[in-house]
Amino acid sequence: MRALTIARRELYAYLRSPLGSAIIAGALLVDGILFYFDSLDQKRLSAQLLTQFFYDSSAATMIAGLLLAMRLLAEERQSGTITLLNTAPIRDRDIVLGKFLSSFGMLTLLNLLTIYMPLMVYVRGKVSVGHIAVGYLGLILLGAAVTSIGLFASSLARSQVVAAIIGAAMVGAFILLWVVARAVDPPFNTFFSGLALHHENYRPFMNGTLQFDRVAYYLMITYFFLLAATKVLEARRWR
Amino acid sequence: MIEIQELYKYYGDRRAIGPLSTSIAQGEVIGLLGLNGAGKTTTLRVLACDLLPTSGSVRVAGLDVVEQPDEVRAKVGYLPDRPPLYDDMTVREYLSYAARLRNVPTLQVKKRVADVEELTELGEVSGQLIGSLSHGFKQRVGIAQSIVHGPELVVLDEPISGLDPVQIMEMRELVRGLRGAHTVVVSSHILTEISETCDRILIIDDGRIAWSGTETELSATLKQGMRVGLTLRAAGLSAQATAEKARAALAGLEGVREVEVLEPAEAGEGIASLSVAATTDVREVVCRSLVHAGLGILQLSREKELESMFLQLLGEGQEHAGRKRRKKKQADADAANADAAANKEPA
Repeated sequence: MRALTIARRELYAYLRSPLGSAIIAGALLVDGILFYFDSLDQKRLSAQLLTQFFYDSSAATMIAGLLLAMRLLAEERQSGTITLLNTAPIRDRDIVLGKFLSSFGMLTLLNLLTIYMPLMVYVRGKVSVGHIAVGYLGLILLGAAVTSIGLFASSLARSQVVAAIIGAAMVGAFILLWVVARAVDPPFNTFFSGLALHHENYRPFMNGTLQFDRVAYYLMITYFFLLAATKVLEARRWR
Repeated sequence: MIEIQELYKYYGDRRAIGPLSTSIAQGEVIGLLGLNGAGKTTTLRVLACDLLPTSGSVRVAGLDVVEQPDEVRAKVGYLPDRPPLYDDMTVREYLSYAARLRNVPTLQVKKRVADVEELTELGEVSGQLIGSLSHGFKQRVGIAQSIVHGPELVVLDEPISGLDPVQIMEMRELVRGLRGAHTVVVSSHILTEISETCDRILIIDDGRIAWSGTETELSATLKQGMRVGLTLRAAGLSAQATAEKARAALAGLEGVREVEVLEPAEAGEGIASLSVAATTDVREVVCRSLVHAGLGILQLSREKELESMFLQLLGEGQEHAGRKRRKKKQADADAANADAAANKEPA
């Protein structure tokens, strides 16, 4: 319940500050431009265009997720307002959950605002509603994972910029695991490709294929980093 | 209300506080006094459950801060030295948010916020963004958030820091207004402030309680007594003659240690100013004696000597610590010499 109180306050902060609007507007602009150029290719089938849309949107989602998450805890530490949360009868996990829900809510709003593009493909081409739904599920799960990584990075740093850099480095490392997977021998290649944030795990969603092990992967990554952020907050009280 | 036993807090290898033991009764207004780095803020943060102790026991309203932190936090209101305020919220929105975070039932939030706005005189700015408020109002909002949930214990870290004299007076009134309804622990480095607002003083030095008691007890402990300032007038006499007459009237009074003649505080014929050092509270006896001698009393005030007493106490403490360090050094050197001598002896 307290997590929702925190989430509401953070959403309010996003909507009042120029940062939240600027991130959403920027991501929508990039998505729109990429979609426009993708749709100029007359040889592309509508399903391929939709797949390309989800591929492009994943980049905008990841960048927006990191930018939205960088302030969550770092700004509170920098301004000293974290004391209000630390001295209120709230568990650290509720603080982390509230922060996560606000950023994730903004990211989901961003993704929902792009719905007009798949709808145009749906109206003018031959794609299924299932493909669109699974693609958005993938975007939302990817967004949740990136937000949790960004939140964890934000719990480590006092400065938002440092938090963004740490978050970007971690997300970049997780994405590049597929390159590592190509360079190593079995069975390690399977292990690394299974951990890659985007390549192996996201591709099925882009194609409209729902695989529950991929869903489980993103849920586990999200849970792991939310737990790690909670532990960082708990550990700070003992310092 | 508060029971602290053998509390230690380390930051890495550095000891911030400890061993620290004290108890505070319900309804008391306690002043925590100490130099920068003495451990005041760390002690307050432990009381507010912002930090956990390294060892020792801290109980607030019978609850342990390590084992039942959420229950303790629900009973404590905390204003850190830098108020935790969101500049993008209005005062009312912020106080409602703080109330919700601290388990105030939804239906009572509006009333609680209205009550604390009235108590802290924030009504006129309740619709304004916090970022647009003056420092004094921000400090008031900080206090309002610390009491919005009706805590049993209110912990205020340097509440008058950075305020102008008018704001200090208002803040003093506000802190005094908390007396009775809450147990209050205030830290300040403005020493006279502590004596103005607090029932009891805890002097903290090097992470330990160096002394505890009222200002009068502190004064008696240091055998320094009190100092009374006087401005007198005698018709038809010069200032010097007035001063001499007063000296004569006060000489031999029980408790009076020394009478010092100062520059007259006011211009006028026959006006003299004196400072009386005494071992006890001699104000009534002094008044009686001066009136009996035919001197008019224009002003009598008790001079605050807390700062000098405080420094004297800490000076003694540091001297004591220095003596201990020197003793330990000597003991270590003696032990090393003894070892060396033992090693030289044939087996």
